[in-house]
Amino acid sequence: MKKTLLTPEKIVKKLKDVFKDKIKETRIETRKAGQKKKEYTNIWIKIHRDAFKKCIKYITDKIDYPHLAVVSGNDLGKNIELIYHFSVYYGHRLGEISINISVDLPKEDPRIESICDIIPGALITEREKQEMLGVIVEGIPDTRRFFIPDDFPEGIHPWRKDEKGPQKFVRDLYEGDKK
Amino acid sequence: MKTTYTLPIGPIHPALKEPVMFEFEIDGEKIVNVDVKAGQVHRGIEWIGTQRNPIQILYLAERICGICNISHPFAYCRAVENIADVEVPEKAEYIRVIIAELERIHSHILWAGVAAHEVGFDSVLYLSWRLRENVMDLIEYLTGNRVTKAMFTIGGVRRDITKDQYPKIENTIKYYRENMGKLKHVFLDDKTFKLRCRDCGILTKDNALKLCAVGPTTRASGVKKDVRVDQAYSAYGDLDIDYITPDLLTGEVKGDVYDRIVVRLLEVEQSLDLIEQCLDRMPVSGNIAAEEKIPKLLAMLKKAEGEDVGRHEAPRGEVIHYVKLTGEEHPYTWKVRAPTYNNILPWIPMLLGEQIADIPIVAASTDPCLSCTNRVAIVENGKKNILTDEDLHRLSVEKTRRLMRK
Repeated sequence: MKKTLLTPEKIVKKLKDVFKDKIKETRIETRKAGQKKKEYTNIWIKIHRDAFKKCIKYITDKIDYPHLAVVSGNDLGKNIELIYHFSVYYGHRLGEISINISVDLPKEDPRIESICDIIPGALITEREKQEMLGVIVEGIPDTRRFFIPDDFPEGIHPWRKDEKGPQKFVRDLYEGDKK
Repeated sequence: MKTTYTLPIGPIHPALKEPVMFEFEIDGEKIVNVDVKAGQVHRGIEWIGTQRNPIQILYLAERICGICNISHPFAYCRAVENIADVEVPEKAEYIRVIIAELERIHSHILWAGVAAHEVGFDSVLYLSWRLRENVMDLIEYLTGNRVTKAMFTIGGVRRDITKDQYPKIENTIKYYRENMGKLKHVFLDDKTFKLRCRDCGILTKDNALKLCAVGPTTRASGVKKDVRVDQAYSAYGDLDIDYITPDLLTGEVKGDVYDRIVVRLLEVEQSLDLIEQCLDRMPVSGNIAAEEKIPKLLAMLKKAEGEDVGRHEAPRGEVIHYVKLTGEEHPYTWKVRAPTYNNILPWIPMLLGEQIADIPIVAASTDPCLSCTNRVAIVENGKKNILTDEDLHRLSVEKTRRLMRK
């Protein structure tokens, strides 16, 4: 089956047409490498969380089945930012486009829908985000921890930079049970 | 009434190179359910990284994995270079590719030896690792180190490859061209190898896509995904390179253990070809780093702001680093994703329906970069029997012998 490959600009335009003001920011970065100066492209999109899952579904149905590399996250003070690193059009020589979709979640209500029903391979990375950043992934098929051991204290999330972060835990590591 | 048993393998096991915990539900010899737990060697490297400056992280990144000590810095450097707009000199791009491909050759041949050991062919393990010595010697000759190569710096590489070093590289390529035929013959034409690896540990193309598998694991299932081909990064955009899938050799894609062997052995030959192309096209002279004075480079990096991802095709698949710099001493966020992270879930469909004796070879077939179990505990009606690794390995060897007698 021969797919027509959209240009990065067209992908962004399509998403903007469908999701309108739910898309807050877009950025297309093109870089060149090597002697022949061939190009590759990264798309960065910031989307409102209400439209997030619909957007993933749209990409899956209308553009290409995306490969989810990983979800990374930042503690931005008031918000937690999750960045989903997808790529589409792999399997075409120099045709791959990376799509990085970020979602801001307020700390008082850090909920995000699970995308495991669309991409089952997202399970481990979603479990990791739950334990590392303290977000709540709704509808995740497996809520257990993945990397952090079971005896690690509840309520400490290693990637947080606020009071839920590991700083105090690291400082008091040698205090043991005295606390 | 039929009862099933729970068979835990891990968290330490010699068949797995690093700790990981499997819990198998066994019905007789057959695996009916699998659960994987990881994190036994979670060292908090990403957190440590956010306490260091961008140059110091480079050396931390090299130590994430003993084998992938080029792949991690490669991905990390790409991310930081993009944020700080550092342009890598052309010659450095070629040196990066040559070293990365040498790493792939040694990693794949090392894996081939482990795979042979898992099915009980220790003489083949010795043969493969003997072949691997040659590339290790070349790596030592070019970088000064056998294992941790310390070749990368942000904006280039730290050591040059000069014209007078070419003959040794060419000799090594010649050596592998002469000997890969032998290795392929041993692995791919042997009747017993076929009996153990054909139709064993199957990952369908659909599952490979849905579970986001990467590297030779996904290519063996027929998914064309290879960062080197997909994206024009470093010097790969200049080179003649294509996806390696098992049908190139066998004419069909089954997605089993045998196909994973085929893909890796073909990739060794592909790497030899890429190194040759690099030697042909690499500029003879020129800078090897954008900025050689480290304090100056560091001062520049400390001012840089932004976020980016760096990707590279490591021997086991795509490695991706996300870096966010905020113009401070330390990066704000550093997220590392190694290929095995994505190849954990595909283990489940591969292992379902297989026998206990197939666990070592199927688990090893994705070339996991996690570590190792010395015992397996079988809990039977509350009575605990400890199966040592020797027992499990013996089961695997016995199965091979059984098949050979047929």
